[in-house]
Amino acid sequence: MDLFDKLKILTDSAKYDVACTSSGVDKTAQKGGIGSASACGICHSFAADGRCISLLKVLMTNYCVFDCKYCVNRRSNDVPRAAFTPRELAELTINFYRRNYIEGLFLSSGVIKTPDYTCERMIETLRILREDYRFSGYIHAKVIPGTDSALVSRLGMLADRLSVNLELPSLESLKLLAPDKSKTSILAPMGYLKNRIEENRSEIIQYKNAPTFAPAGQSTQIIIGATPETDYHILNLTESLYKKYKLKRVFYSAYIPVAEDSLLPSPDTSPPLFREHRLYQADWLIRFYGFSAGEILDQSHQTLNPYVDPKCNWALNHLELFPIEVNKAGYDELLRVPGIGVTGARRIMTARRASSLDFDGLKKTGIVLKRAKYFITCRGKIAEGVKITQDEILRALMSERELGMLSPKWEQLSVFDRENLIEEEMKKCLMAGIPDQTACAARIETAGFPI
Amino acid sequence: MCGPYRNCGFSDLIYRYDGSFEGFLCCVFESYEKNEIPRDIVSDFSQTSLIFEKNIDTDLQKAQRVLKAIPKRMGAAALTFIKEAFLTCLPKKELYMLLFLRKGFTHGASVMNMLADDVVNKLFKAVRHLSREVHLLKGFVRFSDYGGALAAQIEPKNFVLPLLSEHFCGRYPEETFLIHDKTHSAALIYKPYRCEIIPASDFVLPEACEAETVFRELWRLFYKTIEVEGRHNPKCRMSHMPKRYWKHMTELCCPEKAGAPLITGDKPIKKLT
Ligand code: SF4
Repeated sequence: MDLFDKLKILTDSAKYDVACTSSGVDKTAQKGGIGSASACGICHSFAADGRCISLLKVLMTNYCVFDCKYCVNRRSNDVPRAAFTPRELAELTINFYRRNYIEGLFLSSGVIKTPDYTCERMIETLRILREDYRFSGYIHAKVIPGTDSALVSRLGMLADRLSVNLELPSLESLKLLAPDKSKTSILAPMGYLKNRIEENRSEIIQYKNAPTFAPAGQSTQIIIGATPETDYHILNLTESLYKKYKLKRVFYSAYIPVAEDSLLPSPDTSPPLFREHRLYQADWLIRFYGFSAGEILDQSHQTLNPYVDPKCNWALNHLELFPIEVNKAGYDELLRVPGIGVTGARRIMTARRASSLDFDGLKKTGIVLKRAKYFITCRGKIAEGVKITQDEILRALMSERELGMLSPKWEQLSVFDRENLIEEEMKKCLMAGIPDQTACAARIETAGFPI
Repeated sequence: MCGPYRNCGFSDLIYRYDGSFEGFLCCVFESYEKNEIPRDIVSDFSQTSLIFEKNIDTDLQKAQRVLKAIPKRMGAAALTFIKEAFLTCLPKKELYMLLFLRKGFTHGASVMNMLADDVVNKLFKAVRHLSREVHLLKGFVRFSDYGGALAAQIEPKNFVLPLLSEHFCGRYPEETFLIHDKTHSAALIYKPYRCEIIPASDFVLPEACEAETVFRELWRLFYKTIEVEGRHNPKCRMSHMPKRYWKHMTELCCPEKAGAPLITGDKPIKKLT
């Protein structure tokens, strides 16, 4: 089999893993070597699906002895199989890297023979890159559930980031769909990584030249929509993963049907991309905006609102906290205003040091007032012409796309019809919260992932 | 509204300088010495206008004095900022830079916080545009291997080479490489361990050898395969990767025709040595 066929097969079977960032670590090339890394990450291209291409994302092999039902590479699936040799893959990586096609390597694998044997092949690939080529570019490696911790430790000395994929958001679902994996085979390495990473950070403080262990930390991926867990459940899980395992990122992957199975959504279901998008927005609020999962959703509202983003939804339900005065509010308060993000809040803090801000000045600092104006005052005044009524606010908070979801005919409606639609529909769907669409949500909720 | 001149008072004068950063600093010197603010500061000698013009000679001593005064009076960040502003493609950037410095000499370091001020704001936006382009190009530059040396071509709006050099030199310390900026007719040239930026107008990438073509095709194959069809979203791709960059990106310009060079031109091919 030639390199073209291998690359095609092993890219094709790796592409459903969504993590592709190269962020979290700063490095420069060693003398006589090649490669550097930048903490903010660099995208080298964007695929036609709009996703960033930063790393050469491939599998070591797509042969697999496991039979996870949601996966194209499962043992029982009849697909062409291939495997890279460690040398071959290392050379391909270096050749792509020299041409500035990529920021580094994202290496995952099907389970060939055993998890340990698979990990050894991955280690050999990374060893060639790091030792023979003195490569300092970014490497993200997957830990196969069930791998011996000595091997995981070796892998971590070579990679910048490691990840153990949770894949399914609850124990129940895992039992049903990934019979070869268990809670311990996934959580044990996650816990091991967390301890090893923390240990290593203090080693580095003590001895400046101590070798680094996964300097960009660990992440995981959860598949969305293959199983019935609610957004509320997933956000709570996410929050505890950040807290308990100190993960750098939790990635969500909208399930794309790859198999006909009574336990899975039917093959003609389209991937829940919009739900995934909302989850990322909520995740963002948890990581950067100081929100807790419980503030975003609760027992009686388990689904993220499809019509407005999670932050707007929160603000709408807390109108009593607004408006806030931009010249006085703290950074954390500014962050909670719809339409003001991290950059915006920082700029406001800077600009108001020079002089107190009015709406015009606010605009010049780059704040888009479309949404924000309903939630703020400048020098004690509300923006001119703004009426703070629920209808007004709702209209401003929803994007064209979201309005389009309310009525697929949105764009053809006359302005007059639009007004009517907004008044009725919006009130219905927003203030009352969205009823849960999944019947068995409650069951899964109580049987949640015990972490 | 009278644009950038508001509050400053302006004359009918135009400054003409040699286009170098030092030359610009001399314009600042002149503006203070004569206590005047020109209507524009230009470096293009081919055009003459009817308005009264003044040629500003580049005097390194004057330039030094201004250069030293900037960090002293308004902080090191302002100097870095003004150096970057000089690389931007903002029309009339020199005039905005002069007005910025005049504000800085009056208000001190707080000029960097005056984001709601028209002049400061314009320059900040321009520098942000530059930084974004630099960041994008760190990823979008595509090298080809020509007998062991690497070469790439770009067509940026801003003059990004000075800001790209540290990144690429730090990344490929053992390589010999060249990045040609077609827009600004300049090239970044690196040989272990030396780097310089030189003027270079008529540069055309040579034809790719067979091994090079193979890697280009492998990369295109990867690019095509990595897309998840169920998520096809060309609009999103376009917003992250504006079309004007595509021309020089291996995976997005047309695929290799047997033996055909990637970019053709009638200019002679420059050797990479
Ligand atoms: S172990 Fe990984 S590759 Fe193998 S079937 Fe399960 S998810 Fe797929």
